[in-house]
Amino acid sequence: MLSNILIAISITLMYSAPLTLAAMGGVISERSGIVNIGIEGMMSIGALAGATVGYFSNNAWLGLLCAGLAGAIMSLLHAVASITFKSDQTVSGIALNLIGPGLAMFLSRYFFNGATLTIPVPAKLPKIISLKSLQNTAFSNLNIDVTVILAVFVVTATWFLLYKTKWGLRIRAMGEHPAAVDTLGVSVYKSRYFCVIASGFLAGLGGGTVTLAIISQFTPTAISGQGFIALAAVIFGKWRPFGAYLACLLFGFSQALVVMLGGGTVNIPSPLLAMIPYVLTIIMLIVFVGRSSAPKASGVPYQKGER
Amino acid sequence: MIEKIAKFLKTPFACTSIAVVCGFMVACGILLVTGYSASQSLAIMVNSVFSRPKFIVNVILKSTPIILTALSVAFAFKAGLFNIGAEGQYIISTVFATIVGILCDFHPAIQIPLVILSGVAAGAIFGGLVGMLKSKFGIHEVLTSIMFNWIALYFCNYIALSERFNKPDSDGSYPINPSGFTLLLNDWKFSDQGREFLRNNYFLNDVILKTDFNLNFLVAVVVAVLSWVMIYKTKKGYELRVAGLNPDAAQNAGINVPRNIFYTMLISGALSGLAGALSITGTSLHGIQSLAMFENYGFNGLSVALIAGSSPVGCIFAGLMFSALIYSGQSLQFKIGAPSEIVNIMIGVIVFFVALVRIVPSLINKFLERKAKLDVK
Repeated sequence: MLSNILIAISITLMYSAPLTLAAMGGVISERSGIVNIGIEGMMSIGALAGATVGYFSNNAWLGLLCAGLAGAIMSLLHAVASITFKSDQTVSGIALNLIGPGLAMFLSRYFFNGATLTIPVPAKLPKIISLKSLQNTAFSNLNIDVTVILAVFVVTATWFLLYKTKWGLRIRAMGEHPAAVDTLGVSVYKSRYFCVIASGFLAGLGGGTVTLAIISQFTPTAISGQGFIALAAVIFGKWRPFGAYLACLLFGFSQALVVMLGGGTVNIPSPLLAMIPYVLTIIMLIVFVGRSSAPKASGVPYQKGER
Repeated sequence: MIEKIAKFLKTPFACTSIAVVCGFMVACGILLVTGYSASQSLAIMVNSVFSRPKFIVNVILKSTPIILTALSVAFAFKAGLFNIGAEGQYIISTVFATIVGILCDFHPAIQIPLVILSGVAAGAIFGGLVGMLKSKFGIHEVLTSIMFNWIALYFCNYIALSERFNKPDSDGSYPINPSGFTLLLNDWKFSDQGREFLRNNYFLNDVILKTDFNLNFLVAVVVAVLSWVMIYKTKKGYELRVAGLNPDAAQNAGINVPRNIFYTMLISGALSGLAGALSITGTSLHGIQSLAMFENYGFNGLSVALIAGSSPVGCIFAGLMFSALIYSGQSLQFKIGAPSEIVNIMIGVIVFFVALVRIVPSLINKFLERKAKLDVK
């Protein structure tokens, strides 16, 4: 029993870490008023950059950093389009979702002789708690990646930034009424650039977490929809850091449930098991969460001086 | 003269063309940097689409589902809703069309409508559920759509692998009963008489025998025109657009906004459902496969709708272009080993520039204003 609980905790935390990082990116960007539907694309590019740099440099940490930077560079495209050019944020986000996975696979083929799988990194990111030494006891099942801690740290930092600093107040206000912030002499453009790039960095980290901590290489299906799940978590959590984190934990827990129920103890076809997280989410939405209201100015390009 | 050029540049057609050219240029740039010949690649891409009648027909056939899902997305866009769930509605439609197509076996005059309608209904229910959850409980349509996409994917896998429907030694289901096929001249072209006739005619042989020749594309065109009429020429369509542009104003004017949301998603889902159902009846393997990942029919429709600027008729042309690009990407990989993903990048860049070029009309206006001021001086 204890060992089952510990396995469940380990899997939940493992799967929720990349989602959490990406979702925090989504929260920051959307609170500043920029819809970020391109998380999927940024995660993909991060996943590839992480695995590639991790493999060639033999240093997973350097890989993770580059994953973040790659995501940030991608997000710069989104920032230029949606802030400077004031174009439709949904459209440029979708464009990133097309470019990201495409470019990731293209580069994978380029660096690894035509293969869409990169060569596994020699050393994954370390585990913070790994009690393999206590063999034959239940505790040997508890495995916690360092990225789990990173995720918790980022959630706390995002919360602190948004709710406990002057800057955060401005960012939140920008998502509701940018002109009001502008009249106080704060540059809406600059701050939004910061928020979008930060969101790209975090989404990239999320992608790198997948390929450097969970699996050890980039595969065409490494991200496959996790960016959208992170986006869903942002809305689920009502654009709040801890809300989104809880949503990510829920998705992670559902994954754990699937893994554990799939172990053969219950006789349910595996596709039906895999459906559970999504059905559960919809039920949770109806029963507990309800009306989702986005930041008011989210998705509206800001034009200085316009009434 | 300048005014004329400016006026032309302001048209959606010109803006989209600029975006497409930019997309091609960026893709060529990437190919050059990674050591492939850009001109050779372009030649191969053009060749792979236009060099044989069969290729052209295949591009048209493959564009059909994308055009329909694009119409689905565009329709929702017009009403201010973002139907990212076209993917799931497409999948669930293929599943139910397959189930009904396998379980029932009537005369084609009954079977074909039955199979198609069951697919359309499945898509409409999925879309309608999203609409209902939004109008009744206020849950964001993007969130529920993403969830329904995954539910549809896994349900598809469940049916494709279930004992009743799984074709032994495969990852897919049985094909539906031939009475549900919407292939044209299917019996005739495999008969002795038909083979004999086609052997002497290269063009028809290529077009009819070597492809899943069907009329689904015409259905897509008709549906595109109907959606245009519905959106722009009917009272309901007007209500939808007003509710999309300004829900508060619509509510004040006595338009029932929540009900409009529901109907919009219902119709949008039905359109994606039609895409799925026609794929099952019109193209081999006439059944569903277990999916490791989304096949992107819905997501591609999303891109097409964006490139077309949500214009129903524009969706037809954007869909054809999209289909041609995907088709040519495969031969690019086959012929010179350039990763076929270059096509995805190209499409992404096109969509990106579609977002950017929306600024062109306002730039031109500014330019004209400045020029007018100078002229006065």
